[in-house]
Amino acid sequence: MNLSTASGAREASAYNFAYLDEQTKRMIRRGLLKAISIPGYQVPFGGREMPLPYGWGTGGMQLTAAILGADDVLKVIDQGADDTTNAVSIRRFFARTAGVATTERTVEASVIQTRHRIPETPLSAGQIMVYQVPIPEPLRFIEPSEQETRTMHALEDYGVMHVKLYEDIATFGHIATAYAYPVTVDERYVMDPSPIPKFDNPKLDMSPALMLFGAGREKRLYAVPPFTKVISLDFEDHPFAVQQWEECCAFCGSSESFLDELIVDDAGSKRYVCSDTDYCRQRTERLEENLQ
Amino acid sequence: MNNLIEVSGLSKTFTLHQQNGVVLQVLRDLNFSVRGGECLVLHGQSGAGKSTLLRTLYGNYLAAGGSIRIRHQGAPVELVGAEPRQVLDVRRQSLGYVSQFLRVIPRVSTLDVVMEPALSRGWARADAQVRAKELLARLNIPEALWQLAPGTFSGGEQQRVNIARGFMVEWPVMLLDEPTASLDDANRQVVLELINEAKAAGSVLIGIFHDRTAREAVADRYLDMSAEAAQPEYVYVV
Amino acid sequence: MSAAERLQPALATAEPLFSARDLTRLYGPEKGCQGVSFDLYPGEVLGIVGESGSGKSTLLSLLSGRCPPDRGAVSYRGRDGQWLDLYSASEAERRTLLRTEWGFVEQNPRDGLRMAVSAGANIGERLMAQGVRHYGELRAAGLDWLSQVEIDPARIDDLPRTFSGGMQQRLQIARNLVSAPRLVFMDEPTGGLDVSVQARLLDLLRGLVRELDLAVVIVTHDLAVARLLADRLMVMRRSKVVEAGLTDQILDDPQHPYSQLLVSSVLQP
Repeated sequence: MNLSTASGAREASAYNFAYLDEQTKRMIRRGLLKAISIPGYQVPFGGREMPLPYGWGTGGMQLTAAILGADDVLKVIDQGADDTTNAVSIRRFFARTAGVATTERTVEASVIQTRHRIPETPLSAGQIMVYQVPIPEPLRFIEPSEQETRTMHALEDYGVMHVKLYEDIATFGHIATAYAYPVTVDERYVMDPSPIPKFDNPKLDMSPALMLFGAGREKRLYAVPPFTKVISLDFEDHPFAVQQWEECCAFCGSSESFLDELIVDDAGSKRYVCSDTDYCRQRTERLEENLQ
Repeated sequence: MNNLIEVSGLSKTFTLHQQNGVVLQVLRDLNFSVRGGECLVLHGQSGAGKSTLLRTLYGNYLAAGGSIRIRHQGAPVELVGAEPRQVLDVRRQSLGYVSQFLRVIPRVSTLDVVMEPALSRGWARADAQVRAKELLARLNIPEALWQLAPGTFSGGEQQRVNIARGFMVEWPVMLLDEPTASLDDANRQVVLELINEAKAAGSVLIGIFHDRTAREAVADRYLDMSAEAAQPEYVYVV
Repeated sequence: MSAAERLQPALATAEPLFSARDLTRLYGPEKGCQGVSFDLYPGEVLGIVGESGSGKSTLLSLLSGRCPPDRGAVSYRGRDGQWLDLYSASEAERRTLLRTEWGFVEQNPRDGLRMAVSAGANIGERLMAQGVRHYGELRAAGLDWLSQVEIDPARIDDLPRTFSGGMQQRLQIARNLVSAPRLVFMDEPTGGLDVSVQARLLDLLRGLVRELDLAVVIVTHDLAVARLLADRLMVMRRSKVVEAGLTDQILDDPQHPYSQLLVSSVLQP
């Protein structure tokens, strides 16, 4: 047992800082600089094999690896939660390969890698969000050709984006797209904000934090710099609106956060709880302090 | 010019490339002109080129040489060698053609077929309808048929629909290819009335009438096209 | 002669809408098209006829900005009265033109429609691309155009794949005409349809062309279609235009040996 632990530690130190080699990280950083310079524009990069399968956050991990410094504090969330398999594994991966401090608290983190959520706690200047992106191309659903989608971006030929929203209204009576809701960045590029719920879209607009998006399988990265206009597409007579719940969080009582629905017994009783576990815990702790 | 149409040196040949390049000379150095209110009847046996002449005047056949000048919107226009759109404009405003056969367009009602020349000149639909109904009634087309496409009508009915269409608007120059053929007496009489009304309104009519009574009822002059007549000026006047 | 007797633009519009000069693109000797020049006027319908492989479709691609020529020029006079040289214009200008003042009706409606979205979205797409951001307006335009092309407006939310071939073709036409184009290219629009459906589509096209005063370039190998729709024809053979003129004149009195062969080869029903 001791032996294996010791050998594990030795292996960890044998990795380059944050797993990727320096040339790769440099290449990714150059890509990131370009992406930040052209908000919403998809920059191709030479994606590396990561020690986990595509779809588990390889794109986000490569970006995190490229920007991580020794004194960074890393937080990883999956669907808002710090304690799911994916989040725990990635956090531990960087703790081992880079030796960085990790946290579950949003306010303490300097880098937050996320799958499908933006924390409820407002982000601050100096923080960096890294999103894991499955399909970076917002036009892909209607246009299979990469050459064509690139031309469409170049020429700002975005009429088809509204076709999707039109279909939603025609089918459901309202815009039913609930996640990966397309946005226009800096009044120029249409961007897929990764599969975050549209509830989180307004948090992208004029955010003081830097937003980086990485797609591992598609080998694309893009960015929204701090204080950039991010507008969700909509129709004049069907304006953009976020999800709302009649219930409050069963734990912390929040009526402002994104809620997950839980089935709690065999009778199908439902409870609603915050999807952002850190936010929920902070609130619960504060409530308990107030009670005491 | 008092003449609404002047034809000089008109010739028409057919080169049959599918038949070893045989060249048929059908019209040769034809010269004539017609004044408003006059009816010129083309005369000659079958094969003399009467129908060919009408079609050449209309631009349906390409003249091999010579000149066809038609008064169009106040000025003479040369049709030989004219641009297609020029020919079409002359056809819309100044040059009418009534053949024996109606080219049926699927699904278009009789009333619409008849109204078309007026609508294309920009008539109001209501006005066109009044005129079309009047003509169809005069030509004894049963009212029950007016809303139907004429594709299924009898030959005589189709011919009368075609005549109604031809007389829908006034044409400075009107070409008639046996308009009275195979019509019964009553209907022939109506057509002759229409022709005489057009003459009275100052139109030029150039026509082929095999039926002698009809011919004599409308003709002011004859153009003899028989081979022996050898490229005449119009040969005799009634 | 019926087609020719249709409404023509007044000759007062003396300036052409569209002009091609010495258009040439060859894939091999006599493969493709070469030396094609013509002017098209507002409201005029030009038919391009000829057998398969004669260069009709190549010519249509060159005319419609889909494929640059080896030689020659295509220019278009826009709504603002300015002439645009198609192949020296930017890609953005060409695209804008193609989805606003121009239309293109493909032979196979599957190539011209978005099969995965509803009929209404297909019709609305051009408007959305032009910046219409009002769902109600898009909806109204969809319903209006469906009835104009004789499709039951109740089917506005159905996918095109649930439509018959003739309906798909009519939907494609609506999708093109919704932006009120002035010039529409058509590639064998009745090609894949039953004869009974063809007649209906032709009649519809004929009415729309007149009503909207559209200029049309239509490629067809069906001379009956040409007679019904076109004011004038160009006969193509082995990459060259061998004869051009008034539709009824070309069909009733063809001059070139090949035109004569083409016309005489048609079975008269």
